[in-house]
Amino acid sequence: MATQQSRSAARFMMAPAVILLLGWMLVPLIMTLIFSFKKYLPMRGGDLGWVGFDNYVRFVSSSAFWPSVITTLVIVGGVLVITIFFGVILALLLDQPMWGQGVVRILVIAPFFVMPTVSALVWKNMFMDPVNGLFAHLWKFFGAEPVQWLSQASMESIVLIVSWQWLPFATLILLTAVQSLDSEQLEAAEMDGAPFLKRFWFIILPHLARAITIVVLIQTIFLLSIFAEIFVTTGGAFGTRTLSYLIFQRVLESQNVGLGSAGGVYAIILANIVAIFLMRIVGKNLDN
Amino acid sequence: MARAVTNNRKALNTAIAWTIGLLIFFPILWTILTSFKTEAQAISDPPVFLFFDWTLENYSIVQERSNYMRFLWNSVIIAGGSTLLGVMIAVPAAWSMAFVPSRRTKDILLWMLSTKMLPAVGVLYPIYLICIELGLLDSRIALVVILMLINLPIIVWMLYTYFKEIPGEILEAARMDGASLKEEILYVLTPMAVPGIASTLLLNFILAWNEAFWTLNLTAAKAAPLTAFIASYSSPEGLFYAKLSAASTMAIAPILILGWFSQKQLVRGLTFGAVK
Amino acid sequence: MTLRNALCAATALGLFAGGATAEILTIATVNNGDMIRMQGLTDDFTEKTGHTVEWVTLEENVLRQRVTTDISTNGGAFDIMTIGMYETPIWAANDWLVPLDDLSDEYNADDILPAMRGGLSLDGTLYAAPFYGESSMVMYRTDLMEAAGMEMPDAPTWEFIGEAARAMTDKENEIYGICLRGKAGWGENAAFLTAMSNSFGARIVDENWVPQYDSEAWSNTLNFYIDLMNDAGPPGASTNGFNENLSLFQQGKCGMWIDATVAASFVTNPNDSTVADKVGFALAPDNGLGKRSNWLWAWALAIPAGTQKEAAAKEFIEWATGTGYIELVAENEGWANVPPGARTSLYENANYKDVPFAQMTLDSILSADPNNPTVDPVPYIGVQFAAIPEWAGMGSEIGQEFSAALAGQQTADEALEKAQAIATDVMESAGY
Repeated sequence: MATQQSRSAARFMMAPAVILLLGWMLVPLIMTLIFSFKKYLPMRGGDLGWVGFDNYVRFVSSSAFWPSVITTLVIVGGVLVITIFFGVILALLLDQPMWGQGVVRILVIAPFFVMPTVSALVWKNMFMDPVNGLFAHLWKFFGAEPVQWLSQASMESIVLIVSWQWLPFATLILLTAVQSLDSEQLEAAEMDGAPFLKRFWFIILPHLARAITIVVLIQTIFLLSIFAEIFVTTGGAFGTRTLSYLIFQRVLESQNVGLGSAGGVYAIILANIVAIFLMRIVGKNLDN
Repeated sequence: MARAVTNNRKALNTAIAWTIGLLIFFPILWTILTSFKTEAQAISDPPVFLFFDWTLENYSIVQERSNYMRFLWNSVIIAGGSTLLGVMIAVPAAWSMAFVPSRRTKDILLWMLSTKMLPAVGVLYPIYLICIELGLLDSRIALVVILMLINLPIIVWMLYTYFKEIPGEILEAARMDGASLKEEILYVLTPMAVPGIASTLLLNFILAWNEAFWTLNLTAAKAAPLTAFIASYSSPEGLFYAKLSAASTMAIAPILILGWFSQKQLVRGLTFGAVK
Repeated sequence: MTLRNALCAATALGLFAGGATAEILTIATVNNGDMIRMQGLTDDFTEKTGHTVEWVTLEENVLRQRVTTDISTNGGAFDIMTIGMYETPIWAANDWLVPLDDLSDEYNADDILPAMRGGLSLDGTLYAAPFYGESSMVMYRTDLMEAAGMEMPDAPTWEFIGEAARAMTDKENEIYGICLRGKAGWGENAAFLTAMSNSFGARIVDENWVPQYDSEAWSNTLNFYIDLMNDAGPPGASTNGFNENLSLFQQGKCGMWIDATVAASFVTNPNDSTVADKVGFALAPDNGLGKRSNWLWAWALAIPAGTQKEAAAKEFIEWATGTGYIELVAENEGWANVPPGARTSLYENANYKDVPFAQMTLDSILSADPNNPTVDPVPYIGVQFAAIPEWAGMGSEIGQEFSAALAGQQTADEALEKAQAIATDVMESAGY
């Protein structure tokens, strides 16, 4: 149906979005690239000239670099695993007949509406505080020593907070997929005496594959750049410094824009590696 | 062949689902409850759940300190403006991707998504400098445009997946009847995609509402939305759980209520093409 | 001439005749109690001058991020910024601030405490006016001290503090002998520990800008601190900053707390504090080396260079940091709640002498010397920081290592080894 005319019309209609995004990508990117090759210290007079790859070398050779890459990947991976695992369970559960289904759905998706700053503040102060937090009260009630969440279990705590925020998103997408499941096929399998695990593995999971890829893709994009949750809770201490937090420290705390920009370029490279990896899977899944 | 579900099983489902639902919702519920306590009750040991002296004092303290309505209004304008603008730009793009696909369509889509991976902190200085040049610091316009750009890939993606589900024959038929491209989009496509567009609007409104980096760093007094409002309550001196809870509740209440009213729409529409 | 034109002309004339036009000032400030109080009293300023004020109140870390971005890009989003003793000399050296050398006689800039004035000036010119100033001191529970059978001297040693903290601790009843900052950050634990290290004879860098975290004095400081906190500190101390400790002390969970002198008015305020009538004060501890472990800090108001509203901004600064404001607060909220530590005349005021912590605050401020912060000479200015642009980043990263050591994730000496590496890297890349 694509005539020459509709092709050119299509190009014309795509143009605003493409041009805007191209500008949004290129202008900051080029400026970041320029800064990254400069000694740029706002507090010491600003632009102090070109320094070649100095910033790149310094950023990678800092002892904080590799741990921060690993921290980033662990947080993204941890949250993905948790949200998908519980998301699938919740989606299957919410699809079952029950009383008050609508209300339960509302309860489950509510965390998605909470802004990251608020959720980090609430978790940090009202739940994870080792003296006044609710968890501390609970632990004491059972005669246990309260856990110092944000220092002794810092990564687990951050993964927990972020997972809480993103579980609703995963559940929602998986739920729409579950609802489109062919129930006759399932029932037939059940009649044949296939146990639930088998039905899940051979019928439900393959059906959900596409939805899971979408969740992985969208969440990864958002999770790679989480910032508020770390800024509010640990400030990057106790091994929770992600790559974007390290860049924040270089740019804003150390006021070294050149070094931070080099870090920004590394972050873009990391994001693209993850993206290529993701798109391999997603692209395949989207085609069929 | 509808299978009869025993009431026992239904009761079991209900019990499990409600328990999990309440568990997930609990942090929000606890925040709302705490906002009605006095500071002393907020940290009392053992914690009090419902039987305390309900007070509105925290809300009046917070309101006295900062003009809530102004932050709220900025949030509404910024989130709403960026979402509407985004949809207006995305509809034609998504249309052409869905109905006049070329070999590069998928690449363009994925490239668009990849622009979201630019780490915001890394480009703060460039963007700040651009805003100064254009005189757009602390203006709602700058935030509307930037949040639109941030969410545009998601909007295009979502709309693309909805449009793709619409059978091409319907458009062919409309074209046969002599509908122009504009009419085709306005009168044929859009009505069919209304549920999809609605959930796109909703999701992106939520995302824009909760965006906390640019909205905080590019504003001062005039354009500051609720994300900046909450930044002044994150650690007041001394006892503050109740005041923090009140401020938090005020920051999330509007979007929570909107979300609750529209949850059906969101549940139905949020597929990202996950369902074929 | 039509009526309309006449009206326009009249209005224009009126404006000129009135002299200064009414401006809207945008002021960035921190969400500390004294600043919040100031916001509540802004009407008085508007009444007197006709200018109105729009407040941008942010949490300390967010504020720093926000104002630093704006000033270094010449953004002009704010007409007045609330900054500290660390930023002022650095920003002034970059010509980013309007010098405050022409304030009115009535304002009497000579009344500002010399220590504060010194810390907020560059080459003798004042660049930021102190809203309140602070040092640090020991705040302790008189009842718990008595129960432990000990008596707090006016000028305790670290040895005494250690002994008393362990004696007061009663973990069963959630009484912890000592609360100290452990939260990572150059303005949090790095500030406290740097000030503490001064009394142990340690330095950040030597005269040649060589980092000194590998010195024995630093090792003694950090080991003493961690042992003390493990024995007598509250759980989760490694995430406690000023606010968290204040809250703990107000709830009666700390035996002693060594922190900012401004906290004295919060812990003795019966509205917020459950232990208001049982608090005593003492100078920050020393180690017999001639230096105490107290710091010096001021929150001050500064005007970014390039603002269009310089005149109105100066009027605001004179209002907020002048003696008139102190009297206004005293009238509304009592003398204990006036912003302390900024002006000499406050400490000569007979009304203020009755405030229990007034003298101890003044003595603490007077005993801090930013030019000679520690036992050995140093090339930098600042007691709990080094007034160089790199300190904020470096101090925060080092603070994270100290925090991890307090949480038991590494030993004190491992933390110091990493701190030394961080500092060396920073000093090298800054070209010292």
